[in-house]
Amino acid sequence: MKTLVFVDSEDGHLVKSAAEAVFYASKFSSEVHALAYGEVDSSTLAALGAYGANAVLHHAGLNQADPVKLSRLVAAAVNETGANCVLFSHDFTGKAVAPMAAAKLKAGLVTGAVDYPDTSNGFVVKSAVFSGKAFAHYSVKTELKMLSLLPNSINIEQGSGEASVSAFDADLGDSRIVIKEVKKQVNESGPVLTEADMVVSAGRGLKGPENWGMVEELAKELGAATACSRPVADIGWRPHHEHVGQTGIAIRPNLYIAIGISGAIQHLAGVNGSKVIVVINTDPEAPFFKAADYGIVGDAFDVVPKMLEAVKKLNAA
Amino acid sequence: MKILVCISKAPDTTTKISFTDNDTKFNETGVQFIVNPYDEWYALVRGLELKESLGGSVSTITVGPAASEPVIRKALAIGADNAVRIDAEPQDAFAVANMIAAYAAENDFDLILTGKETINYNGSQVGGMIAAIMDQPYVSLATKLEVEGNTAIIERDVQGGKEILEVETPLVISAAKGMAEQRIPNMRGIMAARTKPLEVITPAASENLTEVSSYSLPPQKSEVKLVDPENVEELVRLLKEEAKAL
Repeated sequence: MKTLVFVDSEDGHLVKSAAEAVFYASKFSSEVHALAYGEVDSSTLAALGAYGANAVLHHAGLNQADPVKLSRLVAAAVNETGANCVLFSHDFTGKAVAPMAAAKLKAGLVTGAVDYPDTSNGFVVKSAVFSGKAFAHYSVKTELKMLSLLPNSINIEQGSGEASVSAFDADLGDSRIVIKEVKKQVNESGPVLTEADMVVSAGRGLKGPENWGMVEELAKELGAATACSRPVADIGWRPHHEHVGQTGIAIRPNLYIAIGISGAIQHLAGVNGSKVIVVINTDPEAPFFKAADYGIVGDAFDVVPKMLEAVKKLNAA
Repeated sequence: MKILVCISKAPDTTTKISFTDNDTKFNETGVQFIVNPYDEWYALVRGLELKESLGGSVSTITVGPAASEPVIRKALAIGADNAVRIDAEPQDAFAVANMIAAYAAENDFDLILTGKETINYNGSQVGGMIAAIMDQPYVSLATKLEVEGNTAIIERDVQGGKEILEVETPLVISAAKGMAEQRIPNMRGIMAARTKPLEVITPAASENLTEVSSYSLPPQKSEVKLVDPENVEELVRLLKEEAKAL
């Protein structure tokens, strides 16, 4: 299989899911071509070789994530490389570009893949459906396969080697989309929620927005992002972009710590892909304990400061 | 402003998921179906708000058998003017997009709105595919939408923040949280919905490019390991040494 991997960047850096996607493709492809755009150094792109990319095509002239132009870029790169598989990350840019590119090329698309494709009988991709409550195994029936990988679904290893980087200045034509402004989300501390390895999340059990200090401190000490439950975002204690759950954003960190969140099924749907779940709640009957790996039945105002001290001690050791 | 909103039928958010027929079919027994929340709360309600301030009409379109009609009536009760049902079982995103695009191409809509994804298949595909088939711009995951004259002014979620963009109509937009607030239909709306036009049309010829060969459920979580609140250090030790999560 010859696979083209669309890789996204932000401020000159490749996003975390770029290496993941390249590594994933290298596990079932004989040849991996990455496709990048915007202002990224050649050396940064060549480093994708360590994850299994053979070559990188780079369209430096396009520096905005216009999905119309990006889908044309993907189509041109499929043509250029003769790829019979195209891989995206199932992130903001992937969700915008993959369906347009798939329809344009009439390729069967599976979004949100959580495991490597099964090629023993056709091309079958396991993908998260029913908001993480189940998986569907999709068979792709077209010659050209397209899929997008749910971030943080696989373990990757960094090898060595450099990919060859070449300029790819395909003509992308005009687009009616005019991007006026990009507002970066300012995270004073910690990583972006959707990319974070660890997330500390809190809910109504904290009683008021003034009590989030200890949550932020714990997150900072862990190097984690902060999140919240829907009611907390709806009453304005925390910003909407922190809301995780079925109707907010879905995340899959390695560690999810839920403080004072009961664990309604809609909340679980947004976090049930997390590898390890810790629940801290005063109510031993809280449904979240059934989905948790570790739990403490106790008062957040007592437990969280103690946990902060314990993590500080660990970090100092 | 002529607006088309894509409405999908989805199982209620509290549904316990199971499968039948050797894990090839979703078990619908006892399942309560609703309008897919992203279609309803964000796409439909924002469409209605735009109609209320700018004039025009809001139509809904659904690909599904007759069993989809209760959720279509719900969308009419919330305020859509008329509905179209394409009489086919939705099985593949490209086929669904193709059927909707074929209808839309003959009816000159200024805006086509979808939810950002359905809560059952979570594909995030149909909107972008409609746009590509119709050769229109697509703006995904929009959190704000205003229209001035022929220009849509949109805020959308992108990697690391938000983006503000302007697009001349017509275009396709997928709606995410922030676009609008949920509306509860009132009695008058529910009564009116019974007599609003619901046109049933036969699907345009379409090809399925993917198919579900089977479903599976995640492995059962093992029992939670409870740690004494007086011994929080033990939790941190377990997270580091046993779970290797720190």
